Amino acid sequence: MTWLVPLPVVVPLFAAGLAVVLGRRPRLQRWIATLALLTSLAVAIALIIAVDDGPIVVNVGGWVAPVGIALVIDRLSALMLAVSVAVTLAVLVYSGAQGVADKREGAPVAVYYPTFLVLSAGVSNAFISGDLFNLYVGFEILLAASFVLITLGGTRDRIRAGTIYVVVSLMSSLIFLTAIALIYAATGTVNIAQLGIRLVELDPGLQLVLHLMLLIAFGIKAAVFPLSAWLPDSYPTAPAPVTAVFSGLLTKVGVYAIIRTEVLLFPGGRLDTALLVVALVTMVVGILGAVAQDDVKRMLSFTLLSHIGFMVWGVALSSVTGLSAAVFYVVHHITAQTALFLVAGLIEHLGGTTSLTRLGSLARLAPGLALLYLLAAMNLGGIPPMTGFLGKVGLLQASAEAGTPLAWTLVAGGLVTSLLTLYAVTKAWNMAFWQEAESRRPARPMPASMVGATSGLVAMSLALAVGAGPLVDYTDRAARDLRLRTPYLEAVLPEGQYPTDVYEEAWGSVDGQG
Amino acid sequence: MTFDVTPSITLVILAAVLVAVGIHLMLERSLTRIVIGLVIASNGVNVLFLVAGGRAGSPPLNEGGSVADMADPLPQAMVLTAIVITLGMSAFLLAMAYRSWQLNGHDEVQDDLEDRRIVRRAARDVIARRVRDDSGATLAEDARVTRDETATDLGAVP
Repeated sequence: MTWLVPLPVVVPLFAAGLAVVLGRRPRLQRWIATLALLTSLAVAIALIIAVDDGPIVVNVGGWVAPVGIALVIDRLSALMLAVSVAVTLAVLVYSGAQGVADKREGAPVAVYYPTFLVLSAGVSNAFISGDLFNLYVGFEILLAASFVLITLGGTRDRIRAGTIYVVVSLMSSLIFLTAIALIYAATGTVNIAQLGIRLVELDPGLQLVLHLMLLIAFGIKAAVFPLSAWLPDSYPTAPAPVTAVFSGLLTKVGVYAIIRTEVLLFPGGRLDTALLVVALVTMVVGILGAVAQDDVKRMLSFTLLSHIGFMVWGVALSSVTGLSAAVFYVVHHITAQTALFLVAGLIEHLGGTTSLTRLGSLARLAPGLALLYLLAAMNLGGIPPMTGFLGKVGLLQASAEAGTPLAWTLVAGGLVTSLLTLYAVTKAWNMAFWQEAESRRPARPMPASMVGATSGLVAMSLALAVGAGPLVDYTDRAARDLRLRTPYLEAVLPEGQYPTDVYEEAWGSVDGQG
Repeated sequence: MTFDVTPSITLVILAAVLVAVGIHLMLERSLTRIVIGLVIASNGVNVLFLVAGGRAGSPPLNEGGSVADMADPLPQAMVLTAIVITLGMSAFLLAMAYRSWQLNGHDEVQDDLEDRRIVRRAARDVIARRVRDDSGATLAEDARVTRDETATDLGAVP
């Protein structure tokens, strides 16, 4: 099975090259891109099943782990990989019709598909990397692709929004790179598994510095509160499919990196209290921003950043249940948020604007779209029995188990945030679909592939709710392995390189049997 | 076998100076300065990688040398990668600065729209004691008129 692991990176990259060559034939480009992502998806699903028996490691170039670059895929990365590729595929199908689509703005369609594929390759590379520097390279690949996508067409708005996005992203990469240099200086390795052993042996003060640097770098990428101001201003101006795929994937790669930092590199949860506070503030400030917005896409950008707080919350509880709930929430949020952005794209297509005060009467124009929006919005708001509800219940449960005053504060904060999310999305639903529009617009046909992709994604989030039992079992197993750390370390490092007492000391015994 | 990993103090100081200069430039509003700042700061970080590699030594691929004399090749490989990435990113930033200049006549990073609105509201409140809460402009309209705040006199905003 090991030969499957690099495919989600190699296939999209190869297809991207092919698509550049075929720049003058958009239809062919679209087929190549779809085919490449379908292959990735099939591989990712196969990997989900395969890694249930234990992590799979590929030593690139045949150099054994601590020396060479290792690609590691365990339950967490396989799950993230599969969900991200599935969402990317849905957005690709959607953008096929939109022609990226604002033709009025003369978007250079020729670069769209190759860049989109490179983005997918970068995201996959970040997920399967077992090496800190390779993780950095993965980040840079996806960032470079996202720079092109966010400034697509080079219009005034997009350059304005893109500037902030690009500079902030580069800043976070610089911090990440500095952290890698310092970590290498301190430990002499960048292999994540080996770092998991060597970092805990360092001086606690030095550990704290390295830990904080990594968290700041990933916090900017994940848009955690004090570092999140760039997100709501830069995302909404991009074309709808681009915003959708960014909202689904880019911040989640940051969350994934935070999970790896917290459980593998710096176990012991020294910064848990700080992270819990940050999670609380992210949730509340983000959702207050969403409530104040008058623009669908901006409102959704704020809910996106608010809900990042939920995932950080789960990670910061540093218990098996908390981690499992966080992973489940990531899966839920990728599908729900992307679906909502795709619906917002359709709303813009029909109503000609994203301003809620100007939109209206869409329920009459497109009852199907109203239903899609309602399902996705209720899912995000956490109405039972959908995944949003299940994810939030998991987090509440884990928080109640922790039982500290701060954990209970987070329970309250999480509930308030859920209610306000519900308020924000229903307000948008009322205004966009039910109020009388200022001027009656002629009904525009919605391209079948746009509607199809959006419905597909909404259906996927419903299917996740139906299959929530096995999924939760899977995330539980993933979380237990993550907390144990031994499965990851044993899989990557050659025998005899992992002293067992090191993590016993750092973690105490692992709590929770299942 | 023990390796001497004491870094050279010159390199440490050089890295610190480069990063400080780079960050100072990146805090400017002009994109051109940000590009220069980014390049300088990342070179500072690259020097930091050399520090991380320990003392200088003979080429790692030179046959016949003893392992103890060799320089650590891994940081050098990482620096090469980082240099290539920085090159690509600065090229993109330069292109964006040029495009910004084409469109706006300057290459300055502009204000967040939301900030802009808050500033405008505040300015109106001072002048007219909240005659109207909002101009009714959409964000797209705001984006069209938005300018660098340093160039706009707050009192003159309609």
